[in-house]
Amino acid sequence: MMERIFLACGIALLLLIGLCLIRVIAGPTVLDRILGGNVIGTKTTVLLLIIGVLFDDVGMFVDIAIAYALLNFIATLGAAKYFLRRKAVHLIHEDLPGRDSR
Amino acid sequence: MMTAVVLLLIAGVLFFAIGVLGILRFPDFYTRLHAAGKCDSLAAVLVILAVALYNLGDFSLGNLLVSLKILAIAAFVFVASPTATHAITEAALVLGVEPWTKRKGGK
Repeated sequence: MMERIFLACGIALLLLIGLCLIRVIAGPTVLDRILGGNVIGTKTTVLLLIIGVLFDDVGMFVDIAIAYALLNFIATLGAAKYFLRRKAVHLIHEDLPGRDSR
Repeated sequence: MMTAVVLLLIAGVLFFAIGVLGILRFPDFYTRLHAAGKCDSLAAVLVILAVALYNLGDFSLGNLLVSLKILAIAAFVFVASPTATHAITEAALVLGVEPWTKRKGGK
């Protein structure tokens, strides 16, 4: 019974990750994409724990989840810092013709 | 105990769903960030607590250690997620992303 509930939660998380991917692909600015990636990373950390419960081996998957959470945090900080430095590149290339973004 | 686990799981997935709804539907970057930052940290901590509680179901020293590690993940997410949100917001402010107002007309 509990296994099924965990399985349902895992599948729901997977679907939500797919929905977040829409924002990563379609986001009007680069920062929207970074935000989507960060959210997907948080969901993946949780999903790894649920996979650990389903495979009955939480002890191993906990370490993977810790490493993934650390990597996700560092990656988001790094991407934010990177786009902080290149002001010129950011919004101009993202403005598609025919869309009045500002 | 198992009831608490199920309640925490369902609440966590619900908050994740609300966060994704906000990310997809809100009109500009800052509002999306607002939805994502709050809902994500809360929902992640809820589901992680559920897994830690479930893992303590058959009590032993090894399971206790694993549950402590899971709680460490929860503490880390609770610190790191707002920090990442703050960093992205700062980048957006410096880059000059303009906030949405009603006058400028969202669609």
